[in-house]
Amino acid sequence: MVHGAARPQRQKSLRARFGNLLSFRWAAIALILIGWFVYYPIVDNFVVSTTDQDIYTGEVTNVGLANYDRLLHDPIVLVALWNNCLYAIISVVFQVFGAFLLAALIEDLRSERWRRFWRAVYFVPSAISITVTGLLFYFIYQPQIGLLDAALSRLGLGQLVQPWLGNEHTAIYAIIAMSQWQGFGYSTLLFAIAIQKIPRDLYDAATMDGAGAFRRLWSITFPLTREMTGLMIIVTITGAFQVFNEVMVMTAGGPNNSSQVLGTWLYQKAFIEDNFGYGAAIAAVIFVLTMLTGAAQLWYTKRRRVQL
Amino acid sequence: MSATVAVGRARHVNVWSVIARTFLYSFLICLGVVVIYPLIWMALSGFKDNAQIFGDPFALPVHWAWNNYVQAWNQGVRGYVTVSVLVTVASAICTVLISAWTAFGLTRTKMPAKPLVVAIVLGGLMLSPTVAIIPLVKMLQALGLYNTYWALIILYTAFRVPFTTFLIRAYMLDLPGDLDEAATMDGASEGQIFWRITLPLCRPIIISCVILHVLFAWNEYLFAMIFTSGSDVQTLPVGLTSIMATHGTNYAVVFAAMTISALPIVIVFFAAQRYFIRGLSEGIGK
Repeated sequence: MVHGAARPQRQKSLRARFGNLLSFRWAAIALILIGWFVYYPIVDNFVVSTTDQDIYTGEVTNVGLANYDRLLHDPIVLVALWNNCLYAIISVVFQVFGAFLLAALIEDLRSERWRRFWRAVYFVPSAISITVTGLLFYFIYQPQIGLLDAALSRLGLGQLVQPWLGNEHTAIYAIIAMSQWQGFGYSTLLFAIAIQKIPRDLYDAATMDGAGAFRRLWSITFPLTREMTGLMIIVTITGAFQVFNEVMVMTAGGPNNSSQVLGTWLYQKAFIEDNFGYGAAIAAVIFVLTMLTGAAQLWYTKRRRVQL
Repeated sequence: MSATVAVGRARHVNVWSVIARTFLYSFLICLGVVVIYPLIWMALSGFKDNAQIFGDPFALPVHWAWNNYVQAWNQGVRGYVTVSVLVTVASAICTVLISAWTAFGLTRTKMPAKPLVVAIVLGGLMLSPTVAIIPLVKMLQALGLYNTYWALIILYTAFRVPFTTFLIRAYMLDLPGDLDEAATMDGASEGQIFWRITLPLCRPIIISCVILHVLFAWNEYLFAMIFTSGSDVQTLPVGLTSIMATHGTNYAVVFAAMTISALPIVIVFFAAQRYFIRGLSEGIGK
């Protein structure tokens, strides 16, 4: 039915042809909006990245690839790239594999009421704005009023007490930890949905054959949600290279640029230091990275023979 | 797991099963505390005075200072909530309508070059706002939309149409086509079929899409931060950081403002959980 329009119709009259063209009106607004505000800016970004713009005089000079050259010699870009990679690695561990295990544990509970309860509880932070959770953890990590240091002293771990976001060595990890706290419930929910789609009788048959909980997890749940796992890994990595909000709210890249990610470094350069050209070059790097993961995702879904 | 209790080793299995279960529940409960306690702490801190906030963070408020919430509401939050509601509702309506139109065109009409249109629309899923942000600033300034509601409404719509179209299209593909074939026989136009037959049939997925969009628009930060600067056009997420900047020392008011902005979305989630989960499972199941 999808490809109904592609059926060869040799004796198609001019009128019918026109009528078919008229059907474009259904998609027209979407195509215009997406073309104008989503696709065109990406193209324009490459143009901007080869220029140097003076925001005071509005003068635009073409500088060729100078911005990219500068990028290669910018030590903070390396810091940012590494922080994005850390984000990706830690998020894959917690939000893909951790969430998978948690979802399997929850779906193994016998009462549907409790399953629904735990899924909902863990999801709550994901529903809340990243500004709120970012600010909340900004306070939690604060040495004077925060929960974390107070809890550590109470547990006798006083030597660990420190300004988590004010320390160059801990800032990015503190931010990533907040992000795991906020995001794992979302992926747990997605895995739970995938696990629910596995036919129950597979489990019943395995149980009859004497397979324990771990065996069922390893031989049924994991293989049958592998596609979901693969997709989640790609989506999580893509997200890790686009991260912006939580870093912006909690440290704005500080202290001493130690928690910069590509997104915040772009913001710093383009909007604080008013260097659109260099900001656009950083954006181009993010674009290439997300295109790579996007291509991986496309390849993966194609292989699953999912229609796109 | 009770089925594994084979007759001969019933006791043995039971002991281990009880231990495993205890571990499992303790783990789930501990994790639940880690997830929920910070949120409770946030709401409770909104009721404290500054002396108490600097005291024991685990203590309950001594005097329940509702005044902090009133103060937060009157000193900015009310305005931010109004803007957030306006932008969220307007962009939700635009997004869902435009997506439903597009999905209808892609599944129910003889539109030529459908695979190409699908590729263009869904290709938008891969493009991230961060990459487009600098050209968008130039563009919206040129259009005179900088620092207006329209900037956010248009951008939220443009960037969410691909995903929403994806969900609605998948749903429409699964709808039986005989009803609208019959309607075409009776001489109904495409427009009539869309409004009278297809759209009502898509109600469940439309509701899911609205909820997913509300969750997105209510919480969006990057666009809202960059495209609005006046406090009269700022949404809640951006407004919160402004409150933080102006009331930075009066922590209790900041906590109260955070709680007020988190509460509606948590309520929406719990009230509409069913539709929300349907939206997610449509999105990943196809």
